Amino acid sequence: MLKKRLIAILPLFNGIVVQSINFNRYLPVGKPEVCIDFLNKWGVDEIVAIDITARRKHSTVNFEQIKRVSEYCFVPLTVGGGINEIEDIDRLLQCGADKISINNNLFSNPDLISKAAKKYGDQCVVASIDVTKNENGYYIYSYLSNLVTNIPLDEALRIAIGSGVGELLINAVHRDGTYKGYDIELFNEVCSKVRVPVLACGGAKNAYCMIDLFNKTNVSAACAGNFFHFSEHSVNTSKRLLIDNKIGIRLETHANYCLNSFDSNGRLLKKSDETLEKLLYLKIEKEII
Amino acid sequence: MTKLLINIIDYGVGNTHSIAHVLKYLGYSVRISDNHDEIKNADALILPGVGAFDVAVSNLRANGLEELLNELVLVEKKPILGICLGMQLMATYSEEYGYHKGLDWIKGCVVKLETSPEFLVPHVGWNNILPVQKEPLFSRADSETNFYFDHSYYFKTDEPKDIAAYVNYSFDITAAVQKDNICGVQFHPEKSQNNGLKLFRSYINSIEQYA
Repeated sequence: MLKKRLIAILPLFNGIVVQSINFNRYLPVGKPEVCIDFLNKWGVDEIVAIDITARRKHSTVNFEQIKRVSEYCFVPLTVGGGINEIEDIDRLLQCGADKISINNNLFSNPDLISKAAKKYGDQCVVASIDVTKNENGYYIYSYLSNLVTNIPLDEALRIAIGSGVGELLINAVHRDGTYKGYDIELFNEVCSKVRVPVLACGGAKNAYCMIDLFNKTNVSAACAGNFFHFSEHSVNTSKRLLIDNKIGIRLETHANYCLNSFDSNGRLLKKSDETLEKLLYLKIEKEII
Repeated sequence: MTKLLINIIDYGVGNTHSIAHVLKYLGYSVRISDNHDEIKNADALILPGVGAFDVAVSNLRANGLEELLNELVLVEKKPILGICLGMQLMATYSEEYGYHKGLDWIKGCVVKLETSPEFLVPHVGWNNILPVQKEPLFSRADSETNFYFDHSYYFKTDEPKDIAAYVNYSFDITAAVQKDNICGVQFHPEKSQNNGLKLFRSYINSIEQYA
């Protein structure tokens, strides 16, 4: 059976991974290669790196940086930020990106997506759509102006599907960095209208939010940014909780936390003294491939 | 024994860097090239591919690589591994954006995934595969092994004996093919963490035995 995915989103602000709060405040997290190395070792399913400053500076994502950081990535890497030309996509794929993410150009240059899908196949193109909620429903949010546009969600979905994207990364801006959990209603609405995989983002607080998301919607992946950076083994501990709650997901890291218990916030609880005592004598060999 | 030299064929539509990096990580000598002489003197070839069939196949033809590869693979029997689109190119023809002739190394066609409604297309993510031929690709794989898939079209082979593994997604889809010195995988071993590393190790070890 196809497994659900946990995807880490790395917003790059002038080349540094940041924590984003409501798309207008940013706190530094660290170097992307360090984040990618850890996430990869903790068994994340995919990584999305998006340069959120490129478009504002009228430039593209830093190709050399992507080439360097992709060396730490043994899972699929999606890259976005200021992609304007098909040549940018050629170069990114040569630099170790596996998919590309288009946000702004979905509206200003949908031809780019059609061209990319024709050249690299629809599976290579991800549309990243920032959505926010107001009294009239869901509308597209422009991260460039920090304003809600008058484009309704339906219109954005129509353009994206019409131009042939392979996946939709839906970012709930009103939940971004709030720890309020995923907007279930939004993702159900999107899933009912499209037949491509939907990647849900915005508001994850802990693994219980992801369990809730997978139980109540048909999304293919739960994405999170902030939440993965602040605790050791955040990916594999979350996956353990998901598996314990009957969500089909991949967990193959050596540390699989099968004998651990968790608190109501998804935090790892200390093992009993007896168990710890026994662990002292367990030799763990590194797997040699 | 001299060290094996693996050549990743660069024809403009591949994630060559990702594959080269994984092979280097495993300690092999890798070259990314479209130069005919360099391809000729490599011990093994990898045909990568991310993209649409027609662009890929016309790039191969434009570089004169089709003739060269036919000679090396079909006559000299040089080992070759196709990845994703690289495997699909080995088919007789493809129906992606029209009708396009492939390399015709393994009889069959590449067709759109027509799944029941609950199975989304493209087929993206980690899925368990069912190996039917363990050697050489899956000799190190566990009984339940998963790989990262990302595709909208699949390779429907004429002969079931050419299939090395299936993946179930609404129905049984070809996950890997093999025929003599030709192997191909639909998934992305270079992006499948340890399971992918094991596949490359098994495959290249099997070549070293005969080298």
